[in-house]
Amino acid sequence: MFRRLTRKTYVLSAGALLLLLLPSIMQLVDEPYLISLFSRILIYALAAVSLDLILGYGGMVSLGHAAFFGIGAYVVSIFSYHSFDGSPLLTWPLTLQGQENALLTWPAAMLTSAVLAAFIGALSLRTSGMHFIMITLAFAQMLYFFFVSLEAYGGDDGLSLMSRNTLAGLDLTNDTTFYYLCLTLLCTFLIIAYRLVHSRFGMVIRGSRDNAKRMQSLGFPIYRYKLVCFIIAGAAAGLAGALIANQTEYVSPGLMHWTRSGIILIMVLLGGTGTLFGPVLGAAAFLLLEEVLAIYTAHWMVYMGPFLILVVLFARHGLYGIIVGREKDNG
Amino acid sequence: MAEDLLRIVNLCKGFGAVQACNNLSLEIRAGELHAIIGPNGAGKTTLINLVSGDLLPDTGHIYLGDQEISQLPLHRRAHLGLARSYQITSVFPQLTVEENLLLAIQAHCGHSFRFWKSSNTDSQLRGELLPAIEQVGLTERAGIRAGNLSHGEKKQLEVGMALACKPRLLLLDEPMAGMGPGGTVELRKLITKLKQQMTILLVEHDVDAIFALADRITVLVYGEVVATGTPEEIRSNPAVREAYLGEEVQTC
Repeated sequence: MFRRLTRKTYVLSAGALLLLLLPSIMQLVDEPYLISLFSRILIYALAAVSLDLILGYGGMVSLGHAAFFGIGAYVVSIFSYHSFDGSPLLTWPLTLQGQENALLTWPAAMLTSAVLAAFIGALSLRTSGMHFIMITLAFAQMLYFFFVSLEAYGGDDGLSLMSRNTLAGLDLTNDTTFYYLCLTLLCTFLIIAYRLVHSRFGMVIRGSRDNAKRMQSLGFPIYRYKLVCFIIAGAAAGLAGALIANQTEYVSPGLMHWTRSGIILIMVLLGGTGTLFGPVLGAAAFLLLEEVLAIYTAHWMVYMGPFLILVVLFARHGLYGIIVGREKDNG
Repeated sequence: MAEDLLRIVNLCKGFGAVQACNNLSLEIRAGELHAIIGPNGAGKTTLINLVSGDLLPDTGHIYLGDQEISQLPLHRRAHLGLARSYQITSVFPQLTVEENLLLAIQAHCGHSFRFWKSSNTDSQLRGELLPAIEQVGLTERAGIRAGNLSHGEKKQLEVGMALACKPRLLLLDEPMAGMGPGGTVELRKLITKLKQQMTILLVEHDVDAIFALADRITVLVYGEVVATGTPEEIRSNPAVREAYLGEEVQTC
């Protein structure tokens, strides 16, 4: 990744250093409550990077990515709800009790999102372009309305967690600990995604984005590769959902509403599609802007809109493209 | 007599009212360079698309060796040894020349569910890259994005990608279209060389090139075979002269 000292090396090192030191800086300037805002940024960054894997590298413009995000959040919350309630989550075909252990519930969230992604992907990847956008959107909205009407788990009102999950020896209720956990998971996924997009599998995905017909005539059955990529992205979004449920200790169907998919999509566009670190930047820019603008006006979208338009019009590779210049290509 | 590598039997394909391929039968012998000529709209590209799998026929059969392939999807046919170039160049514009060729090589090195190791430094792939890139004379352009190549270079790359698949039957759809005189000469040299190594089905408008390169020629008009034979037979065939050579050559 860092063979020469280039602009990108400096930018990424500075970014990594800043993220590592953020909690200490926040303590120094005496604004510790901001740490949880930065945790939120890291979580959305994870969701945005996973979306860019299918959107930027795979050319699959999904407007339903929040479905996987929301499902991940609900899985964790439902396990937690039953853990406090004492009632079993399932009695048939197997008995499943509530669970507080993150080492079990988070993988369960990822697995559920992955299975859901396999189902949605298997159907929607038979289409492409505008149809693909609409089908992914429709599936996500179906799930949204399913959870709106699921009274057992709060329906419209959502579901509160009594506390955050437990994770072997770590105190997740401590915001700084939680922040570093999010940072570790984001970095791990970035490394995995970096290897992935440069592997044989990644080349097939990028080739399918550029020219699907050509890929087939070269001999690639591209449907199954795109589906696996869609599932990987769904699982990662599920993990982000599990994290957001823990961070806010509250979930609601709003997490999988199509506007949430739109926000994640905007983060990707803002940061730079087809890059790995761009969506991280996009998530940070979006949530920080939202935070700052909301201080001055409730109608912060009025300012966010034009900003987004300017970035999309004048910087084809987003903020990341502006900052690192031509090296954006390799992640 | 060499045996037939590709047999097309009673093939039909219509687009609405237009019958682009009308009860067409044709044999391509192993090792020959078989050229298809015909006026615009004769169904030449449709025929290539039916053989490659880009289109599925309405009725009829296509056999590669002994195997019926007329209903197989594109990627399966590629693994049976079919490779093609497209009339309108079809490369991966955002990938470099090297990556384009690596992908073509990768297509025939087992499955691609390999998630960790970088494909750019994969010795199995790189081993075949050098000859593949030299063969089409793009060594100095290896790091350029395919989208930034000149038209002629894209054509060369496209042929290179088809070759990297090590096909039994190479389908070339107007490889010389839109090329400058220099590029045409290069490509003719390349095709002459390839003739020794594989069976080629060539669709081309450049009649000079066809008569110089082809072992046998088939003339198509309105989706039907008018004549098949050696270049001499075709040149002296009165039906062909009327349908094609007489008028088209002068206007070209």
